[in-house]
Amino acid sequence: MRLMAENLSAHRGEDLIFSNISFNLRRGEALVLTGRNGSGKSTLLRVVAGLIRPAAGQVEWRGADGQKGVNAAEACHYLGHRNAMKPELTVAENLAFWRDFLRDMEGGSGVTIGEAAEMVELGAILHLPFGYLSAGQQRRMAFAKLLVAYRPVWILDEPTAALDTSAEALFARLIRAHLHAGGIVLAATHQPLDFVASQRLEMKGFQYADMEEGI
Amino acid sequence: MTALLLRDLKLSIRAGGGALIGVLFFMTVVAVIPFGVGPDLNLLSRIGPAIVWIGALLAALLGLDRLFQTEREDGSLDLLLMQEHPLVLVVLVKCLAHWLANVLPLVIASPLLGLFMNMDEVAIGAVMLTLLVGSPALTFIGAVGAAVAVTLPRGGLLVSILVLPLCVPVLIFGVSASYAAVEDPAPFLPPFLILTAITMFFAVLGPVGAALALRNAGD
Amino acid sequence: MTESLAITKFSDLANPTRFLALAARILPWLSALTTLLFAVGLYLAFSTEGDYQQGDTVRIMYVHVPAAWLSMMCYSVMALSAIGTLVWRHPLADVSHKAAAPLGAAFTLIALVTGSLWGKPMWGTWWVWDARLTSVFVLFLMYLGIIALNRAMDDPSRAARVSAVLILVGFVNIPIIKFSVDWWNTLHQPASVIRLGGPTIDGEFLRPLLVMAVAFTLLFFTLHIMAIRNEIWRRRVSTQRRMAARLAGREG
Repeated sequence: MRLMAENLSAHRGEDLIFSNISFNLRRGEALVLTGRNGSGKSTLLRVVAGLIRPAAGQVEWRGADGQKGVNAAEACHYLGHRNAMKPELTVAENLAFWRDFLRDMEGGSGVTIGEAAEMVELGAILHLPFGYLSAGQQRRMAFAKLLVAYRPVWILDEPTAALDTSAEALFARLIRAHLHAGGIVLAATHQPLDFVASQRLEMKGFQYADMEEGI
Repeated sequence: MTALLLRDLKLSIRAGGGALIGVLFFMTVVAVIPFGVGPDLNLLSRIGPAIVWIGALLAALLGLDRLFQTEREDGSLDLLLMQEHPLVLVVLVKCLAHWLANVLPLVIASPLLGLFMNMDEVAIGAVMLTLLVGSPALTFIGAVGAAVAVTLPRGGLLVSILVLPLCVPVLIFGVSASYAAVEDPAPFLPPFLILTAITMFFAVLGPVGAALALRNAGD
Repeated sequence: MTESLAITKFSDLANPTRFLALAARILPWLSALTTLLFAVGLYLAFSTEGDYQQGDTVRIMYVHVPAAWLSMMCYSVMALSAIGTLVWRHPLADVSHKAAAPLGAAFTLIALVTGSLWGKPMWGTWWVWDARLTSVFVLFLMYLGIIALNRAMDDPSRAARVSAVLILVGFVNIPIIKFSVDWWNTLHQPASVIRLGGPTIDGEFLRPLLVMAVAFTLLFFTLHIMAIRNEIWRRRVSTQRRMAARLAGREG
C-alpha cells in the first residue's frame, strides 16, 4: 500500500499556490502539513483527494498487491472544514447514509454506527438531529463518519478545529489506531496533534519571484 | 444509490416543506391569471392547459437551484465527487429524488387547477398525463443550470434565466399534446411521443452536462 | 501530467503571447479588407433596383440576413472554443468563447431589430411569432444567459469551464428548439407568413447579399480577435495588480 505524489503544483484562480511537492507514504505512515494560513495546506489536501485538478504532477495510489487499481481519491476519506452532515437528519441517519453510500473498500471493514459513536464518546446522542449538536460534538460525529466505512487513507483538514483538549487527545488516539492498523494519514493542522508523524512538510507558500506569465 | 435517493427524499420532506411551497406557488400563479385576463369561463377553458403548464414550469424551477448548492455548502458534494460511482448516476438519482419530492406533487395538484380553469375532464387528464411525462425533462435540464450556478451564492434567478430558453421545446410539445387531446383534428399521439422522446433525451443530456459542470466548478 | 506532442504543438501555436503578435500583424489588413467589402456591399445594395412588391424595404435584407447568419456562426465558434476549453483546457479557448458571446448577442440583436423594422411595412406589425424570429429570439436569450453567467463568476478560468458546459448543452439543444418552434408555428399559424426573400432570389439581389455576408463574417473575425486581445490584456493587468498587492503586503 502506497500513496505517492510527484511534483504537484496547483493554481487557485490565477495564482500559483504551490509547486513541485512530492511525497511517498507507506502503510502506517503519516504526513503532517504545517504552515501559516494561505500557504496551500488545504489546497494540497484537496488535490490529493482529487477535488482540484493539479496544474502539474500526479497523485498515485497502489493497493495491497502493489497494483495501480483505483484512483487515489477512492482510497481516501476526506474530512474538510465542513462536516458533510445534514442538520435536518439525525446523527444515525447521517452516518447510515455515508456508510451505505461510501461502502467499505477492499482490505478492511468499518465498524457499526453504534460502535463508531462510542469511539468518539458520543454513543448516547445518536437519535438527535445533527443540527442540535454543539460545534465540537458535530466535529466528533463528522469524524465518526471515517470509522463506519473503511478507507486506507484519511485526509484530514484541520480535524481539531473547534475542539477542546480532551477531544484533541481522542482524535490523536483514533488516528494512532488507524496508523497502527496499517492506514495512512495526511493531516493539515495548526495545533500540534499528539501523534507520531513519520513525515512533516512545512508549506511555505509560493515565491512570487518565479511566477510564470499568466494569461 | 438507494441510500442517496432515500436521504434526499427524507431531506425534502423534513426541510420545512419545500414540496408544499412549490405546490403553493403553482396554485398562486395559476390563481392570479384570471385576475389578469378576466373571469370569462370560455376564454379560461381555452387557455387553461397552457396556463397550467406554464405554472408548473415555473414552480418546477423554483427550488432547483438548491439541488447541488446545499450539498456544496455542508461539504457533502466533495465526498460525492470523490466516489467511484459514476457522477452521472449520482446526478440522475438526485434529479429523480427532486422530481419525486417537488414536481410530482405539482402533477397531482394540476387537476384541481384544471377545475379552476373550467377545463373539461379530457383536457384535465391530458394535462396531467403530459405533465407527468414532460416534467422530468424540466428537472433534468434544470440540473445543468443548478450545476453551472452551484458556486454562486444567489444563483436562483440566474438558473431560471439559463434554463427557461432550453425548456421551450418541452413547453411546446406538452401544451400541443394537451390541446390535441381536446381539439379534434389534431392527433394526440405525435406530440405526446415527441414529448416522451425529449424527456428521455434530456435524461441523458442533463445528468451528463451537470456532472461535467460539477467536476469543473470544483475549487 | 504528460501531454502528447501534438497537444504541446497546438498549445505553442495558440500561446497567448504569440497570439498577440499574430493579432497585431493581421488586424490592420483584416480591418482594411472589412471596410472595403462593406463599401462595395453597401454600394451594390443601394444601386440595385428595389423589389417591385417590397420596394426599398428589401434593402433591409442586406443587413438582416447576414446578421442572422452570423448569429448562428458565432454560436458555432463558441461551441468549438468550449470544446477547446473542456478537452484541451486551453486558456485561449476560454478567452475566445467569452469574447464571442457579446458579439453573438450583438449580431442577434441586429438581426432581430432589422427583422422587426422589415416586418412593420411587410406584415403591418413590429413583431410576429414567426418560427425564424422566435428561434432567433430564443438564441438571443441564450446569449444573454451566457453573458450573465460569465459576469456572475469572479474566477475567470472556472467561469470559462462552467460556461463552456452551458454553451455545449445549449448547442445540442438548438436543433431541438428550432424543430419545436417550427412545429409550434405550423400548428398556430398556417403558412400565411411571407417567406424570406421569396421563392426565388434573383441574381440582382444575390450579389450584394453575398458580398455583405462575407463583409459581416470578416467584421465578426476582426471584432473577435480584437475582443480576445483586449481580454488577454485585461487579465494580464489584473494579474500584475494582484502581484503588486502581494508584494506590497510582503514588504509592509
